[in-house]
Order: sequence, then structure tokens, then C-alpha cells
Amino acid sequence: MTDTTPPFPRRFGRFAAGLAVMPALAGCSYANLSFLAPQGPIAAAQRDHFWLVIAITLVVVLPVFVLTPVIVWRYRYGRRATYRPRWSFSRRLEYLIWGVPFLIVAILAVFLWRQTYALDPYNPLPSDNEPLHVQVVGYDWKWLFIYPDQHIATVDELVFPADRPLALELTSDTVMQSFFIPSLGSQVYAMNGMVTRLHLAADGPGRFRGENSQYNGKGFHTQRFSARAVSPAAFSDFVERVRRQGRALDRPTYQILDGRNTVPELTRALDGMGDDALRFSAIPDGLFSAIVAGGPVQALLPGPVVTSARQTPLHQPQGGTP
Amino acid sequence: MTLNHFLDLALGRLDWHALPFWEMVEQPTLSHIVNGSIVTAAASLVVLGALATVVLITRYGKWKALWSDWLTSVDHKRIGIMFIVVALVMLARAIIEAAFMRAQQAVGLDGGFLSAEHFGEFFTTHGTIMIFFMAMPFLTGVINYVMPLQIGARDLSFPVMNSISLGLTAAGAALIMVSLVLTPFSTGGWSGYPPFTEASFNPGAGVDYWIWAVTLSSLGSTMTGINFAVTIYKERAPGMHLFRMPLFCWTALCTSILMIFAMPPLTVATAMLALDRYLDFHFFTQDLGGDMMNYVNLFWLFGHPEVYILILPAFGVFSEVFSTFSGKRLYGYKGLVIATMCIAVLSFTVWLHHFFTMGQSPSINAAFGIATMLIGVPTGVKIYDWMLTMFRGRVRLTIPMVYALGFLILFVIGGMTGILLANPSIDYQVHNTLFLVAHFHNMLVPGLLFGMLAGYQMWFPKAFGFRLEQRWGYRAAYAWIAGFMLAFFPLYALGLLGMPRRAVGFIEPAYLPWTIVAGIGALVVLFALFSLVMQFWLSLRQRHANRVPVGDPWDGRSLEWATPAPVPEYNFPVIPEVSSRDAFMREKDLGQAYQRPAEYRDITMPANSALGPILTVTGFLMAFGLVWYLWWLVILAGVASLGALIARSFVRRTTKVIRAEEVRETHEAWLRQVAETPAVTRDREQETSNRGRPAAPVSGAVQ
Ligand code: HEM
Ligand SMILES: [Cu+2]
Ligand SMILES: [Cu+2]
Repeated sequence: MTDTTPPFPRRFGRFAAGLAVMPALAGCSYANLSFLAPQGPIAAAQRDHFWLVIAITLVVVLPVFVLTPVIVWRYRYGRRATYRPRWSFSRRLEYLIWGVPFLIVAILAVFLWRQTYALDPYNPLPSDNEPLHVQVVGYDWKWLFIYPDQHIATVDELVFPADRPLALELTSDTVMQSFFIPSLGSQVYAMNGMVTRLHLAADGPGRFRGENSQYNGKGFHTQRFSARAVSPAAFSDFVERVRRQGRALDRPTYQILDGRNTVPELTRALDGMGDDALRFSAIPDGLFSAIVAGGPVQALLPGPVVTSARQTPLHQPQGGTP
Repeated sequence: MTLNHFLDLALGRLDWHALPFWEMVEQPTLSHIVNGSIVTAAASLVVLGALATVVLITRYGKWKALWSDWLTSVDHKRIGIMFIVVALVMLARAIIEAAFMRAQQAVGLDGGFLSAEHFGEFFTTHGTIMIFFMAMPFLTGVINYVMPLQIGARDLSFPVMNSISLGLTAAGAALIMVSLVLTPFSTGGWSGYPPFTEASFNPGAGVDYWIWAVTLSSLGSTMTGINFAVTIYKERAPGMHLFRMPLFCWTALCTSILMIFAMPPLTVATAMLALDRYLDFHFFTQDLGGDMMNYVNLFWLFGHPEVYILILPAFGVFSEVFSTFSGKRLYGYKGLVIATMCIAVLSFTVWLHHFFTMGQSPSINAAFGIATMLIGVPTGVKIYDWMLTMFRGRVRLTIPMVYALGFLILFVIGGMTGILLANPSIDYQVHNTLFLVAHFHNMLVPGLLFGMLAGYQMWFPKAFGFRLEQRWGYRAAYAWIAGFMLAFFPLYALGLLGMPRRAVGFIEPAYLPWTIVAGIGALVVLFALFSLVMQFWLSLRQRHANRVPVGDPWDGRSLEWATPAPVPEYNFPVIPEVSSRDAFMREKDLGQAYQRPAEYRDITMPANSALGPILTVTGFLMAFGLVWYLWWLVILAGVASLGALIARSFVRRTTKVIRAEEVRETHEAWLRQVAETPAVTRDREQETSNRGRPAAPVSGAVQ
């Protein structure tokens, strides 16, 4: 025997290893992209649930993978295995093939029910510290983060202290969007005239990729943002800095922000430069509710009145959550 | 009235900008040139293809034959074949579009070659075509052809309505094809969610193309559903009790019931959206009391049952394939029927799983999640029933069987990811990502598409009288399976890495290896498509060698195999009497197949009708006029449709008679041929000696 090909299991092992290193070859890590590398308690619970469901479902799936080839091989035409062309029913097998899937689903249903309640995005997260309130507004094609208690706002940059959970309220000033930070937890739709809620938390300081996952036009794929969990001190510094150096959100600025543009386009339109280009100070109270109500946003802001460039249709207050 | 006024009236909002190359002529940037060239090439293909068809038909003088043998025919078999032709043409287009999208994402790191708008049109047309103009016509065509034969009927209950259903579907497909020449198409996805599709965000013609194409198709499908259901209820041969029907007919019945109840919500949703856009109704707008969530609910009230409309007929095909090519009765027939019914009923109770993330309370989400998982039970049962059908059989790895086995293995993976998605707390992570895209392709490609292709391979000899070539057939089948795996398994990974669906580009290098593999998969899928074309071409050339005039090349079990291939217009010279399941197999077992009927009678068949083709044209023109605001055209075409309907009600001669003498001659000639044809055993069924007469089952069977 001079065959140099490794036996099958070893070859397969190499193949699997090859698959696993492919991403590493691409020179990057998956951290902060995916709930499979969770950076917060919600995402971690989702990952566990994910693998659990796979494990339980495999009970009915694996036999198919294994038995199908066996049956086809054993009963292939031209072989002398038992042939029972009229056999078509067995009560015992029937109990098995209805019973086992039913049992599996029953077990899964228990977990489903529990996890759906436990991970309800509307649930405040347990923590020793007060949650940080942030109001999120979706525009075409960027997110505005309003910090009502700090009276500041940022575009496509969500900064929060790592030791405090996030309590988010979401709406959209345009078509429906879906707010999503995969490595922290759930996504929830943001809809015009409505407020939805989402609670997230990070395990520690870090930077996490966030996105809109609901298609909303040609700038959709650029609607990514970064969420940063920082130390409490760094957070205060950040707030201070925005208060001092952020620009005013006046009427003309809001007008541009509200238009259909991507972040680079927005920055250019606002002649902004540097880190503080899209940070706003002196945010008035009630901005978020005015946006939700679709009403007097301009009335809250300083600066000259501008007439709408985008034909924003008349808004009717609707409020409430779906 | 000035010239301008006149032009406004005559041309509506059509202008130069509708031409696919206009933008690149006006602003010749690189991106405009690349994208403009792609669309222009596609548009030229459409125009040239249409021209070539016209020229060829004229050259061979086939207009009359086309009109009287095909377009005005109300024969369920011909209508079925025309449905499938529409489906195959649209399949080719949608797959090429898919390949473009995969190519774009394979180079989509920080760029790519497609513009965002163009990519938006690609996924919208691909999705819309695949669902409404590939899958629906394909399964409608197969049911049309096979079901009446299997229940021993001469035609559907409403043959003219059948031709109208085909017409409306074809009109919708034509509208989508025309949108390549007079652009743009919608970018709102196959689901067309407002407010993105409202006039305030998308004022152009694109969304209107989508609305009317889908509306035409949904009207056609509603009528199809009614037609199939009534046929199954009323036209079964004597003795063909419901529980003696082949399983394919059961799935056809469930699918038609689903069509009857699920298509109207879609028609209503698109009609309301049209009212919003044309007459400012504010059903789904942001303001004046509109609520887009109503659309979302209406759409998925259609959308979820729709996926079972798509999958059930394929389940039916696979049931026939597994039992035929295992030479064995279907295992657990009653269980399969019950499972099919369960699926049909449950499918109306789960639509909310398409928007777990809309902010409902956990109790609602959990209830719908559990209902969704429950569907997994009857589906799992089916999988095991098919495995048990092969158990203790004599399994032949024919081409339909390759598709079926590919389906069996791949479908359970899709089922597993479906169970994952049914968990709201997991869905919060993978919703709207490529994980979802991978999941539904995992159901629809092995489920629906493989099913239809298996059916095409199995019943083609029945319809045309010769078997399909097999080398390219096998190549196609294996390439489909491999291509599917390469193209879609990476999407699971991408989805888990948080890559959203419908993204023209991305900035994460981590995605690149996966999108490249998926791009290679798309190439393999293109090869599969090419193999199907090659197979068809070679089969045409070898049609004499592969003839199966006796009509039973696979040792079939149900009544359609008891007829000659191709099947005569009246299907059965005398309506058969049925005394058991697997009716034809029983006749063969008892040595009673191919009997000479005691007497022949005149057969009354529905006469040709021009109503179908007329409504195709007027329906298309009305929709086209609505898209481009050509109100005069809408009115003219509307009046013409109405006129045609009224005129039809005055037609007296709606039937024709085929004389008993003629039936006798044809049938006796065939019986002589049967007697002369040597029977072949199953190991030679793919050889030219297979003339469609099977030898008695293998010896050694323990009954
Ligand atoms: C077999 C080859 C196929 C390939 C390579 C393919 C590829 C694709 C791609 C690349 C997308 C866009 C994914 C994205 O959103 O990023 C897509 C979307 C879609 N495909 Fe396919 N597909 C195939 C077959 C099918 C079939 C057979 C069906 C249905 C019967 C189908 C139905 C859809 C639908 C409904 C969408 C969603 C469109 C939307 O986002 O609105 N596809 N497909
Ligand atoms: Cu809502
Ligand atoms: Cu569904």
C-alpha cells in the first residue's frame, strides 16, 4: 500500500479546518459583527438559544442525512434486498414519525415561549445603574441619536457608558427602517409616526457595528453606524465635548438632515469637518416627540424658517406604539 | 389644442428618459455607461427575441397553427404547456439577474459595478418574477397538464376561464419584460412595502409596473384556484373517490384552496396601494390616517400561504417520483393527505412571523412563533413518509429521482433554519439578513424548483411523446444541486455575520470570501440552466430514437400513464372506472391494462375561444396605459375587454364533437401499437428500446 492520500476522515478534517480559517485568511475578525461573538447579555442569550434549537432539531434532521443514503444504497435497483411493493403502512412507524417531531416541537415551544418573554426588546434590562435614554430617529440614509437628558445629538454615532444599559426609543422620519446592532442584541423596526422600544447592553467597553437592515432606497447600504461603549468618565468627556464643540441644530441644518442623503453627502452639505461635524449641542426638549407627531419640528429650532425642499407630506399626529 | 397638449395626452408621462440608454447618453459617467449598457443589452435581447419569434413564425407559415392549435385552444394540456413555456422563459431571465446580483456582491466590497438603483431593480424583478411569473405559472402548468389526466377527466371545469388565467399571467409577464425596454422597474422588493412604494417616495413608473404585473397575476391565480378546486370536486371519474386520488391531486387541491383564499388579500393590497398612488387615498401613507402596517398584514396574509401554494404541488410531484421510481406504493398515503391538509390550514395562522420585529407584545410573537413551528410537524412527517416509500423498494436513480433525493437532503436543512426563524428571539437577529434569503431559497430552490424540474423530466415524454436526453439531464440535475449549495450556504454565514439583504455593497472585508463562493455558485447555476437548454436541444434532435408512443415509460402508477404519448385531445376514449388507488398499476397487475372499450361514443369537447388571447392583449394594454398615464389607452382597452366579454356571452357554439368513429380509429391504432411493442424491464428504461411499455414487475417481490 503506497497510497499517499490521507484516509477520508483526515481529509475531511483538513477541509473543515480550511473552511474555518478562510475568514482569518481574509485578514479580519468577526468580533463586533455578529451575535455569534456576542458583546452583550441579549446577544449572548440569543446565541445560546440559537445553538440549543439547532441541537434539538438535529434529533429529527440527522436521521434524514444518515438514513436516506443508506436506504437508497441498500434498496437500489438491481440488488437483491427485500422488495415489498405493496407495503405502505405501519402503525408503529406512524406513531414514531408523528410523535417524535411533535415532541421536539413541544420542547422547542417551551423554550420559545420563555425566550420570547425574556428577550422582549421592550423589557428594561436588570442593572445596578440607571439606563441611558437615547431617542433614535431614522432618516434616509442615516440615524440621529438624541440624548434627551444630555441635550445633545449625534449622527451615526451612538456613544454610551459601558456600565449602563441602553433604553432606546425609535421612530423614523421617512420610510420604515430596522435598527440593528447584531453583536449587542435584537433589531426592531422604526416607523414613521410611531414609537418602538429597544433595550440593549454591552458587557464592557467596545465598538460595535450597527446598521439599518430594512431596504430604504439607494443609500441603504451606506446606512451603517458604530456604537461605542465607553467608560463612565469617557462618556462624560464625550458629552462635555459635544456640548462645547457640537454645532447648533438650527432650521437650515435640520432641513438638510431631513433630506435624502448619505452621511458623506450630509457632511459635505453642512461644510463639516473632523469628529464633531455631525454632533449637535443644545437640543431642545421635545424634539423627538415633535418628530413622531410629524408636526412642529421647525418651531422648536432656532434660525430662519425654511420651506421644505423635499415634499414632506402633511403629517398627522398618530403617536403610540403599534 | 396645441401640439404639446396633444403629446401630453397621447404619451402620458412617457418620455426619452424611459429609454434604457438615455441616462448614459445624457451623463456619460462610467457607472451610467456600465449600468446603461447592461440594461440596453437586456432590452435589445427582449426586442430581438420578440422580432426573431415573429420572423420565424412568419417564415415557417405557422401563424394559423399558432392561433388555432395553441393560443385559442382551451385544451388543459396545451394551456398547461403554455404556462410552462412562460415559466421557463421567465426562469431564464430571473436566473441571469440573480447571477448579476451575485457577481455584484462578489466584488461588492467598497463598490462593485452595479449602481444602487439598478441593483434595487434587480432584486425586485428577480423576486417578483421568480414568485409570480416562474413558480406560479410552472406549478399551474404542471397541475393543468397532469391533474385532469390523473382523476380521469376530459378537461377542467371551466376551460375558457383557464385560458383567461393563462392570458392574465402572460400579460403580467409581458409587462415585466416591457419594463426592460421602457424603464424603470420598482426598487421596492417583491413585497413592495409602503411607504417606500408610495408616490411621495417613489413617484416614477417603476412601482406602477410592479403593481399591475402583480395584480394581473393575482387575478389569474385566483381564477386558476377556483378552476382546479371545482374540477377536483366535480370531474373525477367514476370510482375515483377523494381517497383514491394520487397524492399529487391532493396537493393540487390544497394549493387551489390556498389560492382561492390567499390571492384576494394580495389583489386588495395592490389595489389599495394603486388607489393611494393614483387617487391620493392615503391607505398606507404616513399622513392623513394612513397606516403601512395594514399593508404589511395584508401582504403576508397572502404571502405566507403563498409559499405553501408554491411548495405543496412540488410535494405532490415528489410523492409521485418517489413511489414510481421505487417501484412501490406510497408509504402512509392517508398520513400524507392529513399532513398536506394540516399544512394548508396552519399556513393561514402564521403570517405574523414575517414581522416579529414590528414591536408587538411577546405573547403575540410567541403564539405565532409556536404556530409556525407546528407546521414543521406535518412537514417532517412527509419527509419520513418519502424515506419509507423508498424503504424496501427498488430505487432507480433516474433524473427525477436525483432531483428528489437532492430535495430530501437539502430541504431538511431549510426546515431547520425555518425552525430557527420561527423563534422570535432568534429572528430578532437574523431577520432581514442574508440568513433569511438563504432560508427561503433553501425552501424554494430544492422544494419548488427541483420539484417542478423533476415533474418536467418525468412528464415530458407524456406530453410530447419522446423521452428527454439523459446525459445533459443528469448534468443539469447535479449542477443544480451543487450550484444551489455553493450559492446559498455562504449566505447563511453572511447572515449570521449581520449582512443585510438587498445590499448593493458592503464595507466589511469579512464578507468577501463568502460572497465570492456564492458568486461561483451562481456560475454553476448558470451551467445548470445551460445544461437544461442543451438537454432540450439534443432531445429534439433525438426525438425519433427516444419515442415512447405507448405512453408509460416509467412503469407509472396513476391514470395519466394509461394514455398514449402524446395524449389525444379527449384524454380517454372512454372515461375509466376506478376501483382502487394507483389505478393504472392495479390494472397492470391484474393484466387488465390496455383494454378495448365495449363501445365508442361521440365525445363533446369545449370549442376554441379567442377570449383568452383577446384579454391577454387588452389586459396588457390597460396595465401599460395605467403605468404611463395613457388614459386613452386604458379606456380603449377597457372597453375592448368588456366588449369581448359581452360578445363571448353571445357565442352559441361553445362545444365541438369528436366523432366516435374517429376516436375508435385512433384508439385501435394505438392498441395495435401497444400489442406490437415489446415490454422493457426497468434497467433499460433509459435506453432507446424503451417505447413506453413496461415489463411486469421484477420477480422476487414479496407481496
Ligand atoms: C437558483 C438560483 C437563484 C439564485 C442564484 C438567486 C439569487 C438571489 C439573490 C442574489 C437575491 C438577492 C438577495 C439580496 O436581497 O441580497 C435573491 C432574492 C430573491 N429570490 Fe432568488 N435566486 C435564485 C432562485 C430563486 C427562486 C427559485 C426563487 C423563487 C421561486 C427566488 C426568489 C427570490 C425572492 C422572492 C427574492 C427576494 C427579492 C426581494 O428582496 O424582494 N429566487 N435571489
Ligand atoms: Cu408601527
Ligand atoms: Cu411565512
